[in-house]
Amino acid sequence: MQLVLEKRAERSTVIALVSPVIAIGLTIVTMSILFVIIGKNPIAALNVYFITPLTDAYSLQELAVKAAPLVMIAIGLSLCYLANVWNIGAEGQFLVGAVAGSWLAVKTHGTDAGAWVLPAMMLLGAMAGALYALIPAFCKVRFGASEILVSLMLVYVADLLLDYLVRGPWRDPAGFNFPTTAEFDPVATVPLLFEGGRLHLGAAIALVIVIGAAVLLGRTIKGFEIRVVGAAPRAARFGGFSSNQLVLLTFAISGALAGLAGIIEVAGPVGHLQPGISPGYGFTAIIVAFLGRLNPVGILIAGLFLALTFIGGEQAQIAMKIPLDITKVFQGILLFYVLACDSLILYRIKLIMPQRKVADGAT
Amino acid sequence: MELLEAIILAVLAASTPLLLAASGELLVERAGVLNLGVEGMMIVGAACGFAGAWATGSTFIGALCGIFAGVALSLVFALMTLGLAVNQVATGLALTILGVGVSGLIGAGFVGERISTAPRLYIPGLTTLPFVGKILFGEDAFVYVSLALVIAIWYFLYRTRAGLILRAIGDNHVSAHALGYPVLKIRMFAVMFGGGCAGLAGAYLPLAYTPFFVPGMTAGRGWIALALVVFASWLPGRLVIGAYLFGAVSILQLHAQGWGVGVPSQLMSALPYLATVIVLVLISRTRSGGSTAPAALGTVFVPDR
Repeated sequence: MQLVLEKRAERSTVIALVSPVIAIGLTIVTMSILFVIIGKNPIAALNVYFITPLTDAYSLQELAVKAAPLVMIAIGLSLCYLANVWNIGAEGQFLVGAVAGSWLAVKTHGTDAGAWVLPAMMLLGAMAGALYALIPAFCKVRFGASEILVSLMLVYVADLLLDYLVRGPWRDPAGFNFPTTAEFDPVATVPLLFEGGRLHLGAAIALVIVIGAAVLLGRTIKGFEIRVVGAAPRAARFGGFSSNQLVLLTFAISGALAGLAGIIEVAGPVGHLQPGISPGYGFTAIIVAFLGRLNPVGILIAGLFLALTFIGGEQAQIAMKIPLDITKVFQGILLFYVLACDSLILYRIKLIMPQRKVADGAT
Repeated sequence: MELLEAIILAVLAASTPLLLAASGELLVERAGVLNLGVEGMMIVGAACGFAGAWATGSTFIGALCGIFAGVALSLVFALMTLGLAVNQVATGLALTILGVGVSGLIGAGFVGERISTAPRLYIPGLTTLPFVGKILFGEDAFVYVSLALVIAIWYFLYRTRAGLILRAIGDNHVSAHALGYPVLKIRMFAVMFGGGCAGLAGAYLPLAYTPFFVPGMTAGRGWIALALVVFASWLPGRLVIGAYLFGAVSILQLHAQGWGVGVPSQLMSALPYLATVIVLVLISRTRSGGSTAPAALGTVFVPDR
């Protein structure tokens, strides 16, 4: 008996729609087993993870707050992955965007600078993220260096840069030696959507970006070029599309979005620059992009779901003393199942009975 | 002279995990499979290696636990990429994300615990030789194993029939399949071997490099090992040079701080990563004529029956 893959004549649209759902289902089954192994009641744990955060207004807002950076970054990454280039350094671009925007907040701190500060910070963050992402893209198109490795190495560099700045030149003199900048001024802070809530302008910006990406991919020539270069590079060459130019473009867009997410996170929910501003948004966004099938609307839904794992993970740690690392295990397993289920869109699994041996024996 | 001896010893120690992980990955890539999950397998190897050594008090058992963990994770990768023909880049990333979580989960109970580091070789008369004694005859077993591994891989790839078949599969899996070689089976063994090497490399860190476990202690070494394979142009001999160069760079940061060089410590810590970027650019540039990478590297193969 043997299992083999057989290529389908065409993509299965049914499986394309249900595969993320199957993947989430399989992940939840696997997680239940894992909860039993670490000696926790799986029903109670799943309840804390997935149901409790959805039952009160504060958590629901928190969900959108956590989903906003994930969705922004994942939209950019999906453009790269559609074009078949691998930006896996979004975490670094996020941090650099946060650093660049914070520079202005630190410089204008305590001055009577006007309302231009926040838009300028966002612009700086997006530009810095784009430039940082262009390093691996440039190394790839100019020298042929692996964009995967270069973009990842730059994550560590960005992390150390941020660490240096908040421990050195930008440290808050009144901060009791904690590695953090001063709390940003009101003009350098992302405004809340509702007074007294948690939801801020970042969530609205993320929605605009989702719509923008849907238009770009569905309604413009550039979006068409991106998809053709990824899906059929040979056809793209015949069509006269410059794949190098698209590598640079998709990296620049994804870097800009990651950088923007970074500065919004710092100027919004965090309020100052410090190490550990990201619980791994840049890496989790990779999962969001795949779970959302590299489709803007799919990414929005997937972003909310993975935001739930962050909040659920925090609550499970508080309520049930489940280690926070289980969230990463959860996300890793989810990505595995998503990829495995996606394989079934292109292939069907066939069970082959050992008939040949019987036939051999008969002759 | 004593300082030089200390530096060489430190460089050897810092290079060994890179060499172990990179030599395993080199064999995997020679079979045409790109496993980007080295970092994930290493970090789980580190946690399991520490757990094994902590429970039994034996470095050897710890190393075996690390190898076993690496092989187990690599089997997941093999099932996905070889069995289900999933994109290797995405699967490798998933393996790293999963590995970081699993190692945190396993290692959570061991933070702050200490174990005794791996014993070092001692040959009376030889180890006590001035200068070369400690460097050549006073290392821990991992250093010798890593060098033996590179020689074994070189011998396997270039002097055995099985190695020739493996390289053929890595260069053109369709032809190799047409000749009747079991492409997926051989690739699976290669991936498992790479997983074992990565697990051992990870286990080296808490077993011999530092006597304790820290979450995230691999600190990107798995990714640097991947870059080393590119640096070495997929040739085992050059891997040794590359690994020791990178070991030297990472030791430089410690000593530069000791000498009171007036640069931020973060800049020194960033050196290995910056060096990796520069090396990748330079090596890719000099090769502009044609790539030396295995031709089928990273492509999926679904055998037609």
